[in-house]
Amino acid sequence: MDFLIFQAPILMVQASMDGILLGILFALIAYGMALQWGVMNIINIAQGELVIMGGYIAYFMYLSGIHPAFGVIVSPIIMYCVGWGMYKLVINKVVDKDLFTSILATFGISILAQQLMNFAFGADVVVAQSNFGTTMLFNDMVTLPNAKIFSGAVCVISAIILVIYMKKSKLGRAIRATAQNARAAKILGVDTEKVYAATFGINAALCGIAGACIAITFTLHPYTGLPYTVRSFMIVIIAGLGNLPAVAISGMGLGVFEEWSDYLLGTEFRIAAVFSLLVIILVYRRFKLARKREYLK
Amino acid sequence: MKIRNIIITLVSSIALLISASTISFAKVVGDKIILGAAVSLTGKYSSNGVHTQNGYNLAVERINSMGGVKVGGKTYKFEIIYYDDESNSGRAAQLAERLIQQDGVQFMLGPYSSGLTKAMAPVTEKYEIPMVEANGASRSLFTKGYKYLFAVLAPANLYLDVAIDLAVEKNGGKPVKIAMAFEQDAFSQDVRLGIVEAAKRTGSKIIIDDKLPKELNDMAATLSKVKATNPDVLVVSGHTKGALTAIRQISEMKVDVKMLAMTHCDAAKLSKQHGKASEYALCASQWHKSLSYKDKFFGGGMKYDADFTKAFGYAPPYQAAESSAALLVYKDAFERAQSFDTKKVRDALAATDMQTFYGNIKFAEGGQNVSKPMVLFQVSCNDDGSKCENKVVAPTKWASAELVHPIPSWSKR
Repeated sequence: MDFLIFQAPILMVQASMDGILLGILFALIAYGMALQWGVMNIINIAQGELVIMGGYIAYFMYLSGIHPAFGVIVSPIIMYCVGWGMYKLVINKVVDKDLFTSILATFGISILAQQLMNFAFGADVVVAQSNFGTTMLFNDMVTLPNAKIFSGAVCVISAIILVIYMKKSKLGRAIRATAQNARAAKILGVDTEKVYAATFGINAALCGIAGACIAITFTLHPYTGLPYTVRSFMIVIIAGLGNLPAVAISGMGLGVFEEWSDYLLGTEFRIAAVFSLLVIILVYRRFKLARKREYLK
Repeated sequence: MKIRNIIITLVSSIALLISASTISFAKVVGDKIILGAAVSLTGKYSSNGVHTQNGYNLAVERINSMGGVKVGGKTYKFEIIYYDDESNSGRAAQLAERLIQQDGVQFMLGPYSSGLTKAMAPVTEKYEIPMVEANGASRSLFTKGYKYLFAVLAPANLYLDVAIDLAVEKNGGKPVKIAMAFEQDAFSQDVRLGIVEAAKRTGSKIIIDDKLPKELNDMAATLSKVKATNPDVLVVSGHTKGALTAIRQISEMKVDVKMLAMTHCDAAKLSKQHGKASEYALCASQWHKSLSYKDKFFGGGMKYDADFTKAFGYAPPYQAAESSAALLVYKDAFERAQSFDTKKVRDALAATDMQTFYGNIKFAEGGQNVSKPMVLFQVSCNDDGSKCENKVVAPTKWASAELVHPIPSWSKR
């Protein structure tokens, strides 16, 4: 147990790769959350449930004989509709209220979603098999599941597509305008209601993609959504809103840090280490901000 | 107006009277012995909660159809009042209170999981109501000095220590290097304690001792450590999620280890979900259909398996078998007590010494069943992994197959 780093230094590469692949996945979920937060000022507590829901879509495809990897295409389409419906049913009533109301509303949705999924899909922990095999590197010491590499690639590709879409398309521009100033955007003819619904849908679609990846790399259970919500919340807090590179970097950074602390200190310190890092970053940032404020004086 | 008020008062008071008289079920109504149970029909334990309920129901039906319970020259039949505890320990404690206070139940059956049993036990203890439980194995249940709690299953610390003995035996009696990863919850940590004791007893060395956070479904770092240190045996316990995660990542990361011991393989439908990847995993089980225990209600394990499958359409996991056994214990205790006095029944329960299809049952001071050892089965699959079977490999007395040891390396699988 002691000095594992010297016993098999190559396994630090393993830990780093695992961390990066895990981080990319979290970063995608976090990006959805940041988007929604930035545009609508809503912190979506049901984020994790959307992820799990997306995962179940891939799982049911797997059960019916379709390869679960196609879930990354089907699941976002279905989840977009789910997100859109969620907006029309609940969120549009709280979108211009204060943050607390919308947190409560999404918290309610998250509980409801958990129970409904439990009711509909059962309480068993399930996995979908991709049978992608494993990539072996460095004399078979570093083993990377191809399913994880696939998920990482899918996440990167969908993030890039989204960035281009946000830059080039009409709706993307409208979303960015609304994020900057909803009232001004409205005055200039942007249908903010539609923008909000689309943003919620896009977020749910991103969750759907991530969920489908989780179905083939990790496990699914109706009640395991919360860690995804918490983790993406953390990433957004560190990275700030509407800054995709920062979200990606902080996502991967947290992932690597998590795997390293697990590998070197022990699994029981894994989450503690991540949260300590969060505290340190926030304190550091507070000092930096305080200094800036003095400048302004 | 006044007349209307009077009428309303009258009607509601009559309604109240009627309802009050129907609420107070007695413990024994006519020829029925009413048992109370809160099981998880919704929430995160709902699949195992349903196994528990099915196990109870099958036994009730069987005992009733085979002559019921004979007390004082009269024949009684079992009936169970169920409530759904929503997999929530607070709710479970409330329901225990409700079953005892409002429904007047005087004999309780346990819920599913150690956590919920822990929540209900103080209530039944307070009212001095006997509770025979079949799904709470945490050691802490049996160290609190509860007088009215009886568990038909072996305590959690005995789940996997057999595996360590087995590993030592296969190592030519020499101590082994143990790597272990346990979830941070009461049950898994109890299993861990058992391993720690077994390691001490055999002089083995624990080289990795990871505690998995509850929300975790990634064990990659733990498995990297296993790769780095090359232990003789890897022990994992983290309920169904832990079992599924472990197999998935061990097979994906091609981690070679001579022996892999786990819990909850059955509940996780491990071999069904992971197929050939789960082959050679050793699993702790309270019960297996191939064991040679017998009783007159269910015959043996094979018969129970067939009957249960016929009744509910799926093969019984051990959670169902132990639940059925709880009813057999009650029947036996009532007949020996020849009374419905809770104290007498409690004493009769404490003196239980019987064999059921599920195993021998005899309670220790703390209420745990000490006369039934755990069994280990090994998952064994056919060549393409389409069909996997669990074969008992330890203890030797019940072994129906030879242990495959060491596990073939991934490059040869």
